[in-house]
Amino acid sequence: MFRKRHLAGIAIFAAAAITLSACSSSETPAASDVDAATATSAEDFGGVDALVEAAKAEGELNVIALPDNWANYGEIKAAFEDKYGITVNSADPDISSAEEIAAADNLKGQDTAPDVFDLGTAVALASTDYFAPYQVANWAEIPDENKESTGLYVNDYTGSMSIGYNSNEVPEPESLDDLLGKDYTGAVALNGDPTQAGAAFAAIGLATVQQGGTLDDFQPGIDFFSELNDAGNFIPVNATPATIASGETKVVFDWSYNNLAQTSVVDGWKVTTLPGAAYTSFYNQAISKDAPHPAAARLWQEFVFGAEAQNMFIVGGAYPVTIAAMNEAGTTDEDAIAAIGNLDGDIVTPTTEQSEAASALLAEKWAAAIG
Amino acid sequence: MTKNAVRIGTEPNPVVRWVILGVVGVVFAFPILAMIEFTFRDGLSGAHTLDHWTGLVSEDAARTYRNLFTAIGNSLLLAVVTVAIVLVVLLPTMILVHLQFPRLKRVLEFVCIIPITVPAIVLVVGLAPVYAVVVRVFGGSIWTLAFAYGITVLPYAYRAIQSNLDAVDVVTLSEAGRTLSADWGRVLWFVLLPNLKRGVLAASFISVAVVLGEFTIASLLNRVNLQTALLQVGQSDPYVAIIFALLALLLAFLLLLSIGRLGRPRRSGSGS
Amino acid sequence: MTVANAPVLVSGVVQAEPGRHPVTEPAGTTRRGRFGGLAKYLGLAPFAVYVLIFLGVPTVLAVATGFFTEDGAFTLDNIAGLADPVVLATFASSFWVSAITAIVGSVVGALVCYALLGTRAGGTLRSLIDSASSVLAQFGGVMLAFAFIAAIGGQSLLTLWLKNTLGFDIYADGVWLYQPAGLLVVYTYFQVPLMIITFLPALEGLKSQWAEANATLGGTRFTYWTRIAFPVLAPSFFGSLLLLFANAFSSYATAAALVSQGSPIVPLQIRAALVSETVLGRENMAGALALGMVVVMVVVMWGYSVLQARTSRWQK
Repeated sequence: MFRKRHLAGIAIFAAAAITLSACSSSETPAASDVDAATATSAEDFGGVDALVEAAKAEGELNVIALPDNWANYGEIKAAFEDKYGITVNSADPDISSAEEIAAADNLKGQDTAPDVFDLGTAVALASTDYFAPYQVANWAEIPDENKESTGLYVNDYTGSMSIGYNSNEVPEPESLDDLLGKDYTGAVALNGDPTQAGAAFAAIGLATVQQGGTLDDFQPGIDFFSELNDAGNFIPVNATPATIASGETKVVFDWSYNNLAQTSVVDGWKVTTLPGAAYTSFYNQAISKDAPHPAAARLWQEFVFGAEAQNMFIVGGAYPVTIAAMNEAGTTDEDAIAAIGNLDGDIVTPTTEQSEAASALLAEKWAAAIG
Repeated sequence: MTKNAVRIGTEPNPVVRWVILGVVGVVFAFPILAMIEFTFRDGLSGAHTLDHWTGLVSEDAARTYRNLFTAIGNSLLLAVVTVAIVLVVLLPTMILVHLQFPRLKRVLEFVCIIPITVPAIVLVVGLAPVYAVVVRVFGGSIWTLAFAYGITVLPYAYRAIQSNLDAVDVVTLSEAGRTLSADWGRVLWFVLLPNLKRGVLAASFISVAVVLGEFTIASLLNRVNLQTALLQVGQSDPYVAIIFALLALLLAFLLLLSIGRLGRPRRSGSGS
Repeated sequence: MTVANAPVLVSGVVQAEPGRHPVTEPAGTTRRGRFGGLAKYLGLAPFAVYVLIFLGVPTVLAVATGFFTEDGAFTLDNIAGLADPVVLATFASSFWVSAITAIVGSVVGALVCYALLGTRAGGTLRSLIDSASSVLAQFGGVMLAFAFIAAIGGQSLLTLWLKNTLGFDIYADGVWLYQPAGLLVVYTYFQVPLMIITFLPALEGLKSQWAEANATLGGTRFTYWTRIAFPVLAPSFFGSLLLLFANAFSSYATAAALVSQGSPIVPLQIRAALVSETVLGRENMAGALALGMVVVMVVVMWGYSVLQARTSRWQK
């Protein structure tokens, strides 16, 4: 947005012309002879150890939109800090993927700009200009369909769409139609609005496939929620850990890792996945092209795709992208995978075209359906 | 309070006074009490427990407290600088306009209400490029955020001071002072400010409250203040989040009470 | 020589003039040169520069995004999008929620200010209410939403007690708390304290001599209030009402938590345009919507100044 900077610059420059030049900050201590910002793999640093040294020299990592209780990111961030002694500055845990990119824009050139992103697929596809390509050391372990060929963005984990419920108040729903019954009056809520939030979008997707439809047309899902609303069972409030704990939202559609995180915090909360079709969607790791700490950002990627962090995802209830390779190598945390069960059933994930079509349909129909 | 005052209308009937304050007080205390009750709940079972409160002093909390104390310090610093901006930039301008530029009054009022019209989430889109330059000039420290906060509190501070300005006959007072050979500095400090004390204090109160409660701008510019730190702290546990929100409210309340003590009239000499 | 004409006794420095009454002050008889006039304008400079940099530039930049597509090409499509019936309906919805909560908030707030008349300015009751009002006026967002969910939500103690003990189900027709109607209740929670904090200083203007004079001349409390006090307080009252309206109009954090589906009010539409993970490419629409909000405020301000012009008839 060249125009914006131009306008702003003129306005301020008139007031602070002299000090500007005197105070212009120079970036990066960069004692190493490697330009971390353009490195595309650990080899460019001269090996993983050299990467670790370069990252430690930077000392900090800015992450964004990583809540502690989302797929166990709290443990992952803490483990990274402890292992390498690099301070993790975790900003804006509650913002959406689109806002992550907006933050990269807003803070460009400042040292609080985000280094790495964890994005939904739609936003990742639309924002490749913001990313720097990088291939982690265990690149070969990641299936081809889960990564962009140069490493601009890579799938990191997925969950399946699940239903959490207050076991003290409502019975376990065994099929989608159960939720239309009298037991669930004023009980069902989503994690956000499907036209804005990935988790709610996925809930409509789940409803669609459970009603026998396909991901080409989300209408059956919209119709289900419309029916749910007419029955008085759907409440438009945003489901959060607080509303779950207070008993307000007795049934919540959310990613399995989110619902599972609530079971340890709130007594009486249980999670179930409906039999039949299982809806999944991967999130994506990406490195910012203008990262203020490029070496630390790349080290973070190495860490996230390594077995240690990938197992932590399992503990958090998410399915990591390298699970097939880990199972083969025997590095999977057996207890963790036993606790959440394998990803079985008829797994469906939307393609880009299906997502776009569904977004357009929801933008048109959703407000009227539940209004 | 005398029966005479009630009769002529300068004071309400004490019964009326306490009924109004009582009803409003109960209605407003109710949501806060509901939040407090929630923090004692033990999951969804309906029982109650002290665990959430006692957990605050456990060992894990140490790391989060470090961040929280930094954040409180940041917010207090921001509050001080914002109030300084209000007192040093806004107040003299308002007095000047009131005295010298009566036709600009509407313009000033409009300017001061714009910040509240544009939601913070949109304003940040425009603030970000400005701050890119500010950071280069002033550095990236937290106090520069006060420039944006000064704008955010403009509507509230303006209204509080203007209510007072309208009530006190500033024109006559300043003329009287000038006739008695005081220069503008003395008129401002010794004549006008004591009369505007209520409004200035109210403006400071609301500014401090706004700064302590502000979340969006700090969050979108990736700075750490009290509210963003509270969000981080509350991430893992909804009970802890509510407890800290309540404690933050209490902190703000006590802070404002103590500021209010500072502005107390000296002796019962100041009447009406 | 009038008071206003009295010579300025500070030598050397050119002084801005003491307040001149246009009526009593014939032109050209005082020491007012072009230089003196300029010094006055300099006094406005710091505020003007500050507001220009931190309010003018950001607002223009933010609103200007409404005139461009995402690729940077100039377009009026976003502005045209404002005429969409859904968008117009959200503007109407926002307007009514803001207007009603502003009126209710200002009336209740004024009542509380009335109840505080005669209390000592630095006294305990006043201090407590001042501090509490300031804190609650800024209490918003997710926490406020949750406070109300805990207080009167579908599963709150109060609702369950009313349902089970008194047989009265306040949510028999659906949970209105999570519709725009619920916002009426929740917004009032921060509107009333805001009114208190901005209107209370105005009560300084009520002199007891006026009440005494009214009583001496045979008036009742009713005539005092309708003929003396209200006209004096009217400008501040309507100014505060306007502030409350603007405050409710642009609030969105609370609404986002409570009325999470369907974006029925304008700030939520803006938020959806900026924040959406699934429907991308609408960020510039947010600029157009913000422009719409500014236009609404301009219209409301115009109505307000017409009102002020009439009520200030009673001012000197």
